[in-house]
Amino acid sequence: MSSCCDTPAFTPPQPPAAPGALQTVVLIGPPNAGKSTLFNRFTGLRQKVANYPGVTVEQRMGLMAGVGRDDLTLIDLPGIYSLSPYSEDARVSIDVLKGKMPGTPAPDAVLLVLDSLHLTRQLMLAAPVLALGLPTLILLNMSDLMEARGGQVDTLKLARELGAPVALISATHGTGLESVSNFLNQQEARRAAKPLSLPVLGNAASTHTWAAQVSRRTGYRAPLSAENSRKLDDILLHRIWGPLLFIVVVFAVFEVVFSIGQPLSDGFGDLLASAGNLIRPLLPAGWLQSLVLDGAWKGISSVLVFLPQILLLFLFIGVLEDSGYLARAALIADRVMRTTGLNGKAFIPLLSGYACAVPAIMATRTIENKRDRFATILVTPFMTCSARLPVYMLLIAAFIPHTLYLHGLVSLQTLVMLGLYLAGFVAAMTTAWLLKSSILKSSETPFILELPQYRMPTLRSLGLRLIDRARVFLSNAGRIILGVTLALWVLGHLPVVTGPNGTHTAPELADSLIGRFGHFIEPAIAPLGFNWKVGIGLISSVLAREVMVSTMGTLYGTDPGTEALNLQTALHHDLALPGALALMIFFAFAMQCTSTMAVVRRETNSWRWPAIQFGYMFVLAYISAFAVNHIAGLFLH
Amino acid sequence: MIALDLPESVQNHLMHMGFVPDAHVTALRRAPAGDPTVYAIDGMEIALRVETAKSIRVREGEVAEAHEALEAELAGVRS
Repeated sequence: MSSCCDTPAFTPPQPPAAPGALQTVVLIGPPNAGKSTLFNRFTGLRQKVANYPGVTVEQRMGLMAGVGRDDLTLIDLPGIYSLSPYSEDARVSIDVLKGKMPGTPAPDAVLLVLDSLHLTRQLMLAAPVLALGLPTLILLNMSDLMEARGGQVDTLKLARELGAPVALISATHGTGLESVSNFLNQQEARRAAKPLSLPVLGNAASTHTWAAQVSRRTGYRAPLSAENSRKLDDILLHRIWGPLLFIVVVFAVFEVVFSIGQPLSDGFGDLLASAGNLIRPLLPAGWLQSLVLDGAWKGISSVLVFLPQILLLFLFIGVLEDSGYLARAALIADRVMRTTGLNGKAFIPLLSGYACAVPAIMATRTIENKRDRFATILVTPFMTCSARLPVYMLLIAAFIPHTLYLHGLVSLQTLVMLGLYLAGFVAAMTTAWLLKSSILKSSETPFILELPQYRMPTLRSLGLRLIDRARVFLSNAGRIILGVTLALWVLGHLPVVTGPNGTHTAPELADSLIGRFGHFIEPAIAPLGFNWKVGIGLISSVLAREVMVSTMGTLYGTDPGTEALNLQTALHHDLALPGALALMIFFAFAMQCTSTMAVVRRETNSWRWPAIQFGYMFVLAYISAFAVNHIAGLFLH
Repeated sequence: MIALDLPESVQNHLMHMGFVPDAHVTALRRAPAGDPTVYAIDGMEIALRVETAKSIRVREGEVAEAHEALEAELAGVRS
């Protein structure tokens, strides 16, 4: 389907929407039924992700393409097992379906996606959805796999049983989707059609009995179980190979991110620098040129260069998640997580925390027990997120020699990086244990984890995921970082000095407003091995960790002594090796991210938790940096 | 299996995942650390910790069958 990506240049005049005309379509189904694949197929790049007001459930909406009209909004609801409000996800789904969600239009039609490989169980969701009385099309997804494995179902009989049209589709291969277009285009005429009355559905057991009867009457034959998945699990969940492969996978991901990502980032950096030089002659020499190029552009490009590496990391996490391996990783990790009082489900948010704590904290919603969830939220920011990468990479490249070990297989730089990742992980686990044995103590909740079948991740869904992440990263770079670098540039150029011959010039960096502030806090950070310039970087990084890099870029760009040097060389003016190590440890532990604090506030519904988290992480970071600076000082002098 | 002895909310969740009376459960494999165990039910694979699985009552014959299946599976893994 190529039509998804075409933005129509010309919009044909639309007839005014008649009252009750088809406008909004919702997509609903159990988890792992392939809803998101279908959603991506219909909306492509014309989708947006937001949050439902007041709750933390993601709202995915988009304009549908390839259905014969382009004014239909498709809403992707969270995957749920039933319409009983057992979770926030289910409550949101019920509210949207019933048109009670503020700000979301009431649906005019429903696309119910069921996994045809497990139809009997999946039909349990069909009953309450059909009982709502909305025009509904039932899509039996993964029908290609079902048929290939000897399964079958009579869709005509099923449609008669359920009183709603049924179609076999494959969201992955895009087959059978014309049924959706047909359904939506006939919808106006079909609106009056009354849904057949379904048996009154009380509890789960009676719903299951009904679903079993329906699937029997419609000749449903379940396909043979996925032999390939089982065979793969024989290896990937093997008691020896399983954990070993798990470690190898994690290690390989990081090694590739750095060995491939570094040259990519370097090349991208050169490109950005030459772009800046191209603009230079276009601007009049003076304060404007300095503000735009030495302030804004230098600051922004020092963060932009990390985009290739961050996207590579997200690509790997996407592959692991889409392939189904992440659920196995949760299973392997359950035993370890248990010793901290958490369960294996906390592993998935924690792993996502390696990319970014914000989506990771939102992913804790799958943890049913509130105390377990809060504990996971509180420790997630210790995981080495991609915003720390720019800082680590800058410091490692500047201070750690590129010594090779094991015949060139591992470099000292990689080992230091792994050490930092390990430090964050150990801090997270220890903190979780502390929390779970004190203020967040709770009885153990059952661990129920569904292992989806292995699937080949599609380029399409990986691509859309990367575009989404790049968008978030760039909008951060655009707003927070641009604002901070401009403010820094201004603070670095005030107060204006009047020269002996009456000309106005910028002050020396040490005499500028920002320089004075840096000197003011220097006594507090000197024991960690940081001077006032690093202090300015630290203060600015409270907004977001990666801002540190752009701040240092702006500071050195402003200072005539270091203006001509690259960032790595310039840093040697201000940091010794013990101080650099202390700075890395400080970044490993400190909570420097306003977005994370905002999301913690929203998820826990109180400022208390983000405040505790910030204080705890700051104290830990300060003490650890102090210790590292002094211990490293002893060994290295 | 016969019945579930679990708190209402957990029970409801498990039932929607296929753990209903008369369903056929097979223990498939253990996680590398020995717990949780992966069960096949209704064509799905669901992992449960032993303390949750203990509260799911199953009929004798099927217990033996499940054990056999698990043993066979584990033997296959070891060989």
